[in-house]
Amino acid sequence: MIASLTPRNVVVAVLLLLLAAVPVYAAVTANAFLVTLFTRVIILGIAASSLNLILGYGGMVSFGHAVYLGIGGYAVGILAQEGVTSGFVQWPLALVVSALFALLVGALSLRTRGVYFIMITLAFAQLVYYFGVGLDRYGADDGLTIRRRSQFDDLINLSDRTQFYYLCLALLLATIYLIWRVVNSRFGMVIQGARSNDRRMRAIGFPTFRYRLTAFVIAGAICGVAGALLANHTGFISPATMHWTRSGDLIVMVVLGGMASSFGPLIGAVALLSLEEALPILIRAMAFPVFGDAAVRMAEYWQIVLGPLFLLVVLFARGGIDGLLAGARRG
Amino acid sequence: MADALLEIEELTKRFGGVIASDSISLCVPKGELHAIIGPNGAGKTTLIGQLAGEIAADAGRIHFEGRDVTALPTDRRSQLGLARSFQITSLFLDFTVLDNVALAVQAHAGHSFRFWRDARSESQLRAPARAALARVGLAGRADVVVSNLSHGEHRQLEIAMALATRPRMLLLDEPMAGMGPDESARMVKTLRELKRELTILLIEHDMEAVFALADRITVLVYGRIIASGTPEAIRANAEVRQAYLGEQEQRHG
Repeated sequence: MIASLTPRNVVVAVLLLLLAAVPVYAAVTANAFLVTLFTRVIILGIAASSLNLILGYGGMVSFGHAVYLGIGGYAVGILAQEGVTSGFVQWPLALVVSALFALLVGALSLRTRGVYFIMITLAFAQLVYYFGVGLDRYGADDGLTIRRRSQFDDLINLSDRTQFYYLCLALLLATIYLIWRVVNSRFGMVIQGARSNDRRMRAIGFPTFRYRLTAFVIAGAICGVAGALLANHTGFISPATMHWTRSGDLIVMVVLGGMASSFGPLIGAVALLSLEEALPILIRAMAFPVFGDAAVRMAEYWQIVLGPLFLLVVLFARGGIDGLLAGARRG
Repeated sequence: MADALLEIEELTKRFGGVIASDSISLCVPKGELHAIIGPNGAGKTTLIGQLAGEIAADAGRIHFEGRDVTALPTDRRSQLGLARSFQITSLFLDFTVLDNVALAVQAHAGHSFRFWRDARSESQLRAPARAALARVGLAGRADVVVSNLSHGEHRQLEIAMALATRPRMLLLDEPMAGMGPDESARMVKTLRELKRELTILLIEHDMEAVFALADRITVLVYGRIIASGTPEAIRANAEVRQAYLGEQEQRHG
């Protein structure tokens, strides 16, 4: 985060300015959709940043990170359903339950490596997913509509689209700053060392397990808060929020944007969600002159374009988009 | 022995039908440089693995400073002052040289549940790390990413990292493996300096270095100690000559 005029810093600065300007632009053009879209981008940017702490810096490929979005969301949804709408209760609960669940998953999964670790985190996430499907009292498969957003007395009104947007943006920046501090601290050196060479870490005297577990819990807790935000944003929570494909989306954001980079996950979230919106439109526009009405059908297959794009980044830019911007940073 | 720093009793380890350590008993007093030699597959690295705590012994006990450490995990043994280097270089390849050594210092500077302060700006970590680099002759390479170092520099860094943990005893697994003559000579010089203040258990194939440095030598063949004594005694030992040294002389001759 050194403020020199490298291409990457310029891109990040422009991106942040654009994000800050979204509600203004939306108000001027009366295009509320943009605020909705970018609120989602920001919230998933928080979730992806939390995943980056363990995946990018810690080398722990958690394939169940969306479960915390679900846990945080259900904490808000279930409490709201039971008449507790105070955000001062809902959000801390979302954070604490997510942290406790991460503690459980981490305590078991971090004893394993590689594919086994991935599978255990996936299995736990699926467990909670099916638990949600069986929650008849709270909408089961169909999910739960949240009629009132979290109440913060007179502090902030989340029903106001703009206020909610800026709250999410502030929390995103706070998350990125927090993770940046953490990864450069002694603690951060330990989890990065364990990613690089866990055996050597133990040989020089680190009990790495407890540090990796702590990172895993921090990541889960942050993502739980993102889940509370997401539930407020959509006014709805269902098991689909924590489906394994959602966990996959978070991994794609981190890898696409740049692992072990402060702003990488945000860049990845912006890129992925923007492409999801823009690719169908682009394909339709480009194919229409040639194929006529068939272009509408073709646009439905926008992922055919997204897939190779992702592949190219993985193959040729190991540091993701952020790595491309920064040039060859590491090996 | 009263002033034994490391005492091994009847240490045994089997891998399937192969005996890697055949009730090894060994005593290394404080201040000694004890070399372990033996042909490939004699179980030297397995022995270091057991001493460092990476491999669990099937039977026997290990005492360090009079304390039974047989059941302690690797990180606890390191905290007691038992430091190892690796035969196959084991470093943090994507970190800088200084970051590697600073991490070793950090491991012995209290717990690391410190989440806020920039670790790279902490002089209590960086200064000792720079000192350890200076001792092995890597001071000028502090800011280079480790994957860009030469093989010989990797070996030097291995030693620097073990030193940075401020050990009482070094377990060195072939520190000169793959080194050229100049680099080897340099390493011998470094080890000779370290020997003055540290107890060292050295595994090495370079016989010239071993006989130049060791106070005592133990010869391991098929997991069993066949001889242990001063360099002169080992050189004169007929069984050793036949099992090991002779074999080499033939190869060289």
